[in-house]
Amino acid sequence: MPKLKLEDLQKIKEKVRRETVLREGAGKAKITVHMGTCGIAAGARKIMSVILEEIEKRDVKDIIVTTSGCAGLCSREPMITVELLGKAPVKYVDLTEDKMRRIFEEHVLNGKIVKEYMLAIGSERVD
Amino acid sequence: MFEDLSLHILDIVENSIRAEAKNIKIKITENLEKDLLSIEIEDDGKGMNEEMVKKVLDPFVTTKSGHKVGLGLPFLAQASKMANGNIFIKSKPGKGTKITAVFQHSHIDRQPLGDIKETLMTLIIGNPEVNFIFTYRRNGKKYHLDTKKLSKNNLKNLLNNLNKIFENFPREVKNE
Repeated sequence: MPKLKLEDLQKIKEKVRRETVLREGAGKAKITVHMGTCGIAAGARKIMSVILEEIEKRDVKDIIVTTSGCAGLCSREPMITVELLGKAPVKYVDLTEDKMRRIFEEHVLNGKIVKEYMLAIGSERVD
Repeated sequence: MFEDLSLHILDIVENSIRAEAKNIKIKITENLEKDLLSIEIEDDGKGMNEEMVKKVLDPFVTTKSGHKVGLGLPFLAQASKMANGNIFIKSKPGKGTKITAVFQHSHIDRQPLGDIKETLMTLIIGNPEVNFIFTYRRNGKKYHLDTKKLSKNNLKNLLNNLNKIFENFPREVKNE
């Protein structure tokens, strides 16, 4: 194995940092959009776009957006999970663009759960 | 069934991500002279054995235990066959999978491309640890996007940079 130089280590460090900061970084909120076949068919991509629009429109820096697979509740798609730092994750179901905008404003930015759109607090197990 | 090809692409690439791919190439080629449209998705994920490859196009074979393949591939196969095309799957365990779907470009039942940009934004933002290489060819012109060159430590900057890159892409991939 060739000798590892300091700059190689720095490159590795930079690469790892770049890759993890959006996912595990200093995020105070994490939004997971369920992007299984069922979610996509129900309009999950549009929900993702609304989230990205809201992030672009406002000055928010510390939000992590990610996608996951089918959670086994296909009939209630589109679905998202919102997780605020140190709080239990909250699942929202049957989403529309307007509902998503409201959840972003009230829950993601201001920490108030939108109970009408909520399915449950907690997380499913996805293998 | 999805109404456009960009949703098929999103779904198939989500399979690649679930198969732990770290590098995913997406190629769309429109060749009007030969009346062909092709979509190629190549990943370096877990891959599948021969037996599995035969099964993935059958929606009634359950794959829930272990492998994760669902309705996505049968949907894409149906979409290509409807448009006088076909789907090809090459896969090797431990190496990755390559899916190629071809369509007769002018076929009345050929689904539109849809919003390719929205699909790519969703994939890139949602999976910062995955490198995406997107190539779009239309009548000899080539457009290219490689996320390896993008800094991903600030979501807003990443969004801005992606929007700038897409300004140079033709309207066919932006659903405009």
